[in-house]
Amino acid sequence: MPGPDKETDLTERIEAFLSDLKRGGSGTGPLRGSAETARETTALLRRITAQARWSSAGDLMEIIRKEGRRITAAQPSETTVGNMIRRVLKIVREEYARSRGSSEETDQQESLHKLLTSGGLSEENFRQHFATLKANVIEAINELLTELEGTTDNIAMQALEHIHSNEVIMTIGRSRTVEAFLKDAARKRKFHVIVAECAPFCQGHEMATSLSKAGIETTVIADAAIFAVMSRVNKVIIGTQTVLANGGLRAVNGTHTLALAAKHHSTPLIVCAPMFKLSPQFPNEEDTFHKFVSPHEVLPFTEGEILSKVNVHCPVFDYVPPELITLFISNIGGHAPSYIYRLMSELYHPEDHEL
Amino acid sequence: MADSGVTDEPGTKDDVHRAKTEGKELSKEEKQRLRKEKKQQKKNKEKKDEKASHESEKKKNKEEKPVSAAAPASQPPTQPSTQKAPSAVPAPAPVPVPVSETPALADKPAKTKADLKAERRARQEAERASKQAATSKPKAPPNELQPVVKRLPEHVQVDNPGVLKKLAKKLERQQIPLRLDYGYKVSLFSHLHQYSRKAPLTQQLSIPSTVIHPAIVRLGLQYSQGIVAGSNARSVALLHAFKQVIRDYTTPPNEELSRDLVNKLKPYISFLSQCRPLSASMGNAIKYIKKEISNIPSQCKEEEAKRKLLSCIDCYIDEKIILAAKAIAKSSIEKISNGDVILVYGCSSLVNHILCEAFEKNIKFRVIVVDSRPRLEGREALRRLVQRGISCTYVLISAVSYILPEVSKVFLGAHALLANGYVMSRVGTSQIALVAKAFNVPVLVCCETYKFCERVQTDSFVSNELDDPDDLIVTRKGKTQLEHWQDVPSLGLLNLVYDVTPPDFVDLVITDLGMIPCTSVPVVLRVKNVDQ
Repeated sequence: MPGPDKETDLTERIEAFLSDLKRGGSGTGPLRGSAETARETTALLRRITAQARWSSAGDLMEIIRKEGRRITAAQPSETTVGNMIRRVLKIVREEYARSRGSSEETDQQESLHKLLTSGGLSEENFRQHFATLKANVIEAINELLTELEGTTDNIAMQALEHIHSNEVIMTIGRSRTVEAFLKDAARKRKFHVIVAECAPFCQGHEMATSLSKAGIETTVIADAAIFAVMSRVNKVIIGTQTVLANGGLRAVNGTHTLALAAKHHSTPLIVCAPMFKLSPQFPNEEDTFHKFVSPHEVLPFTEGEILSKVNVHCPVFDYVPPELITLFISNIGGHAPSYIYRLMSELYHPEDHEL
Repeated sequence: MADSGVTDEPGTKDDVHRAKTEGKELSKEEKQRLRKEKKQQKKNKEKKDEKASHESEKKKNKEEKPVSAAAPASQPPTQPSTQKAPSAVPAPAPVPVPVSETPALADKPAKTKADLKAERRARQEAERASKQAATSKPKAPPNELQPVVKRLPEHVQVDNPGVLKKLAKKLERQQIPLRLDYGYKVSLFSHLHQYSRKAPLTQQLSIPSTVIHPAIVRLGLQYSQGIVAGSNARSVALLHAFKQVIRDYTTPPNEELSRDLVNKLKPYISFLSQCRPLSASMGNAIKYIKKEISNIPSQCKEEEAKRKLLSCIDCYIDEKIILAAKAIAKSSIEKISNGDVILVYGCSSLVNHILCEAFEKNIKFRVIVVDSRPRLEGREALRRLVQRGISCTYVLISAVSYILPEVSKVFLGAHALLANGYVMSRVGTSQIALVAKAFNVPVLVCCETYKFCERVQTDSFVSNELDDPDDLIVTRKGKTQLEHWQDVPSLGLLNLVYDVTPPDFVDLVITDLGMIPCTSVPVVLRVKNVDQ
């Protein structure tokens, strides 16, 4: 029977995706970029829309929310998954509203005026059935997928507006977005790049080899030398794991030091982040924000005698407050950190902030 | 040799050179003559430079044109004219002036008579002014602060081929091999040396080496391989090696110990600085030893002189290093209270000493050791502290903004304290001070006074040390990304050793003279100079 088969097929895929996420996060499996994760999540959500059994928009949103909660619980630090789920939920809401024929109410935020006028009206419960809803939602998700595929190129296209010749640019660790950005600028301009290696994972080495193969003058420095060389740097361009709702960053560890050094020397700090990294979370206490990996990256087991008497920490992420950031470059253009909250309202519905 | 005239300068120089290389001794008179000649040469050079600058000034006043390359060539003909009495100037002046001007200003129209007269008058005025200046110079009272413009050390002029040639000649004379630079140097640091650890200087020495004492050879090898590292350790090792040298030293006949021993030490110091550039503390120790040696009275017997020198060195180590550490520990312990969380960076012998002393006094605190690649010196500090029983945490420098909210104080060691208040220390120290400042955590620097130096520096580029770039290479999960970095032409690795911390990041400097702010370093230096 096609029905149950489809369902089992769907659950299988979801399980496979979950286990992939769990393995990828612990560092044992192949490291996947955020763009890939975003694409896979969206593809999975499209499949759920196509294959799961639902009759109204409300049902669909419930299903997506349920699966979404499971997926995000598998790897909480991978915020792109949650972001994509919220995007799809917003798509469903929009398509529902369009099918219903109501005007595109842009301001969904709670306002005093709305509270007064709506008063006794019941909330939208998305219970109406529309035949074309499925097709519309799937079409919209396809559009989202196309947008995702073009994000890196869109960001790289803006490179020449920001990099002039004979500049010294500093970056940290490895970001595919920044790599594409710099390589695009290098086709027309000559500049120098300094890469901080970002111990203990030393992803900066990979970035440096890839940039130097593209013909860019690259220098690798140790993390400890970031402040020492900052006085000669013209711009700092970094990628990030997540952009938080207040305009701050959750980036690879060492970025906060880099941002402080840039602020001290009044060097502009530019963050290249596509829109799917924007997350409606605000930074809260230390324990929910940080992710740690095995301390043997920092103090290996060869130091056995002291290992048992010492606490070793190996955090993966750093919080960078929005005051240290000069500019965000995303696939829809450049913004100041103070504008991020507006972008959020366009991408996500406030009720979806908590899945 | 003794009867060749003073006027025959090149001749005596060759003789002297030959005598030196053949190993014969020079008699006292010859040495005195050499010194006089050197002084005269210096004076002549200074005169020539003065005249050159005056000539170029005059030309600028006249025509406001840049001094061309023909100007120095034209100076010798004008010099004899200017040395004559000022009244004779108008007569020969018009003659040399067109001669000197035409090569420089071939495209300019000829001057009218009125112009020439004005030029002559201007030149006379300038000459009178220069004569006054020349006569007034010796009248200036010699003050205690010596003129600061010293010769630039060689190790920050690697991009100057003239300096490199001079160094090569000097090393050849002293029979020390020249160490070659290794690998692609980042363009910002082309003025510094960059050596490879795999090619130590000792491999190029012939065995047995007659010029360099074996204790010094061993010391040089220990420096270049990083076996002896850390400012205090290097100074103490140097002083012990010099003690051995003094013990094995015998004054050659017709020689004075005070002069000959200093000359013997010079090739050793060149050798050591080829192995690894000298640190500020080593420089101060060497200055002290040289002063002590030259202060030995000539009628002192050899055994007594040697004994005196050995006790001087012991006294220096005791006073400046060991007792200073005790004094600093005593003052620092007042700054450590119960429940403190102290952050330290890398391995500073002084800071470790302070923490161990504080632990002995039963103060309850815990330590966070921050470390950085590629040297990973923090592990050594961690071992020492854990052995004593202090509870420690260990992180890498990229995690410092994660761990700083827990920290109550930061203790840092220093390699040298510069005269403008900047702290020169292991690379990464300035970063820690920066982040600590952002989190409002007090930063205390502990430094003995013998590490204070008169240099000034504002960034970490002009005078630094470049370590072996291959140290940055790491193998993770079986892959070595940078293994073939030499084959890629646009890829460079930078391994800095030192950096400078601005004084506004440092809250307090604890020295054996007390607790001072960073900006009081020149005061301490002045006091020390006056004492000496």
